[in-house]
Amino acid sequence: MKNSFIIVGFFVLGVFVGLINLLPQVLAKADLSTYALYILMFLVGVGIGIDKKAWKILKNANFKIMLVPLTVIIGTAIGVIIVSIFLKDINIRQALAIGAGYGYYSLSSIFISKISGETLGVVALISNILREIITLLVTPIFVKYFGKIAPIASGGATAMDTTLPIITKFSGKEYAIISVFSGIVLTVLVPFLVTFVLKI
Amino acid sequence: MLTVLALMTAGVILGFLLRDKCKIIKHIDKLINIAIYLLLFLLGISVGTNRTIINHLDKLGAEALVLSIGAVAGSVTLAFFTYKYFFKQEE
Repeated sequence: MKNSFIIVGFFVLGVFVGLINLLPQVLAKADLSTYALYILMFLVGVGIGIDKKAWKILKNANFKIMLVPLTVIIGTAIGVIIVSIFLKDINIRQALAIGAGYGYYSLSSIFISKISGETLGVVALISNILREIITLLVTPIFVKYFGKIAPIASGGATAMDTTLPIITKFSGKEYAIISVFSGIVLTVLVPFLVTFVLKI
Repeated sequence: MLTVLALMTAGVILGFLLRDKCKIIKHIDKLINIAIYLLLFLLGISVGTNRTIINHLDKLGAEALVLSIGAVAGSVTLAFFTYKYFFKQEE
């Protein structure tokens, strides 16, 4: 959670630096961000590969547990397609890409900005931050009316870290593994699905 | 973007091969955080210098909220059925 604030803090700081033209625009336009993204994604990959706990959880996956991330993917897609009808500036493909961030706002917004420009990147950033916040705030109600998988589905990729404590509290300890599993699968899929949706 | 995905996949393989050398995990997480800070800072700068975005921030925020509500409502609704038909009985 602390990390989320720092991440958003850096973004906001950047916005101010940009607003008052503190830095020459050349810097923002330079390919620095492309190389940083290359390094980031390589490191994210190494982080996943090296994570023994993650491999253990993934190895013990069965059909039923696989249904949870699948529920998130299909449910999110249906939801954003429906609401995109009411948004005249966002087409279905863009809505699907933003939805495919599953709350992993740092990575999804960076990817979407790179592929579709900063405007959509900002929408993705705000939308996925809100997904995390909604999950943190509404989990008790989700569990009460939609069952114990609901906050895991709402949390998406964040169900493995930032929203895990609240999910465990309201869905119970026995759902913690399912939550982490679903979060890991979605986290790994985010860059692939976002790219796939926008490029194909 | 394919380069990025290829790099990530290469990273997973390398990480998997190195998985017994757990000491580097801590450093990797730190480096990931630094890279994310830098990238969001840079995204912030390009947003800050983009008048179109700044002038329409309220509209973009509203669109984002609508999309979040759609995404959450869709997944929670489907989760209701997944829970009801596959998980609930066993409790």
